[in-house]
Amino acid sequence: MSAPRIEALGDCAALIHCGDAIDADVNAQALAIARALIDANLPGITDIAPAYASVCVRYDPCAWIGADAQSPFARLAARLGALVENAQPVAPIDAGLIEIPVSYGGESGPDLDDVATQAGLMREAVIDLHCGTEYRVAMLGFTPGFAYLLGLPEVLRMPRRATPRTRVPAGSVAIGGAQTGVYPRETPGGWHLIGRTEFNLFDPGRDPPALLAPGMRVRFMAI
Amino acid sequence: MSIRVLAAGWQTSVQDGGRRGLAALGVGASGAMDVVSRRLANILVGNGENAAALEITLRGPRLRFDADCVVALTGAALDGLPMWRPVAVRAGTDIAFGTMQRGAYAYLAVAGGIESETVLGSRSTDIVAGFNAALAAGDVLPILESSHIQHRDLWRRFHARPLTGDSGNRDVFPANWSLNPRSWFDLDLHNPIGVIEGAHFAQLNDAARRALFDSTFRVGGDSSRMGLRLHSAHLDLREAMELVSSGVVPGTLQLPPSGDPIVLMAEAPTCGGYPRIGHVIAVDLPRLAQRRPGDSVRFTPISLDEAQTRYLERERALLALARTIKDRLQ
Repeated sequence: MSAPRIEALGDCAALIHCGDAIDADVNAQALAIARALIDANLPGITDIAPAYASVCVRYDPCAWIGADAQSPFARLAARLGALVENAQPVAPIDAGLIEIPVSYGGESGPDLDDVATQAGLMREAVIDLHCGTEYRVAMLGFTPGFAYLLGLPEVLRMPRRATPRTRVPAGSVAIGGAQTGVYPRETPGGWHLIGRTEFNLFDPGRDPPALLAPGMRVRFMAI
Repeated sequence: MSIRVLAAGWQTSVQDGGRRGLAALGVGASGAMDVVSRRLANILVGNGENAAALEITLRGPRLRFDADCVVALTGAALDGLPMWRPVAVRAGTDIAFGTMQRGAYAYLAVAGGIESETVLGSRSTDIVAGFNAALAAGDVLPILESSHIQHRDLWRRFHARPLTGDSGNRDVFPANWSLNPRSWFDLDLHNPIGVIEGAHFAQLNDAARRALFDSTFRVGGDSSRMGLRLHSAHLDLREAMELVSSGVVPGTLQLPPSGDPIVLMAEAPTCGGYPRIGHVIAVDLPRLAQRRPGDSVRFTPISLDEAQTRYLERERALLALARTIKDRLQ
């Protein structure tokens, strides 16, 4: 892999950039880098989190002191750079397929008709398109277990709501920009709600706690 | 051994060293807003620095100690106990903590540590994520038996005297020594907060680049453990930016389209898509955490190298202090 850009995210974290776009290949590279870093087991690393096009590494500067005048960040960045350059490009990680049953429209998906109007489609066509696509989990973030899915059909992509809702019910299946996802718990949110699932996306008492993981393939089934 | 919550205060929660290694699941670290005060409270009672302690916000709780305990209160000043020192408290004592006149967070550590429920490897409350909750009246907090301090001979070891006088409580015995908080705790609003330029600092327009370090911001009333919203100078970018969501951490200074920057704090989300115009340096984050709604904030630019040098100095000093106090508690 080519030399990545490494950004200092303040004095206790670094961001390894793979690209600037929401793109399946770039995301596969981010996931591969995160995997390589976990395997490398570097000292003082407290968290490794892949995103769409980057990997966030939190570290304790005390673990990266050296004899020379280099700063802990400079030492870490050199090590991360070498690791990433030597990392073998891997096939996209396939963490399996999961099917999520969704009740579309009505109270479960109050924005389905709006989405259909904006897309210039019948509501049934929106459901067929949303269900007829296999998505891939790019990253988890925003709130525990919230999965950002790649692969939303072009026609369903639309700007977020002008005014975010203060309360989005848990299990809401939603569209925001080029992304689709499921709200794990009741939170504020600005995406268009098209349906709802009974599946529990995140349970801290479960192992693993998150239902979805980066690299996993996802299909929605209308019920 | 336990502590019973008689009244919860404004927002009192259990905080330990936080959740580690779970950002990939969207789970943030949480933990104390003023990490240094929480660590010092633990050090003062002989605990490991990351033991679970109570974080008290603005107005304190009323607590009943069901057994003899040794406790320490640090952070923003409030009535209830002498601060910055170990204090022996006799079983059955009720303590009503007061209201802070300045600052926002205080920490109460108990020798042995609080043994509340663990969620994903940590006892820290994460209010936004819904892991545990702020304390409510009627809650009972189990306390781990301390291996370092035997309560029987505390009085001798601390040379402690019971508090006397009208406001005194005869069941509370503070040590006759205390930690000078001056090097560790600073509420002076005139002292600027160090900021490292972020990846998108250069995308601010000329006025905004000057304003970030020249103007005085106010902490908004809509601030929380998730982040401090800063008002006054609106900061604008040269042109609007569309960013792909990427990792953010406590201290990250984000600029949403409103132009009012947000500093992410203990309950920072794991990712964000707003421009990263700066990062509050780790050693200044506890001082910023103590600013309450309405307080002023000024920023000063600091290089990454300087920030890390200060971080290493702080950690060395904390380690040395912890050793000194440990010897004293033996």
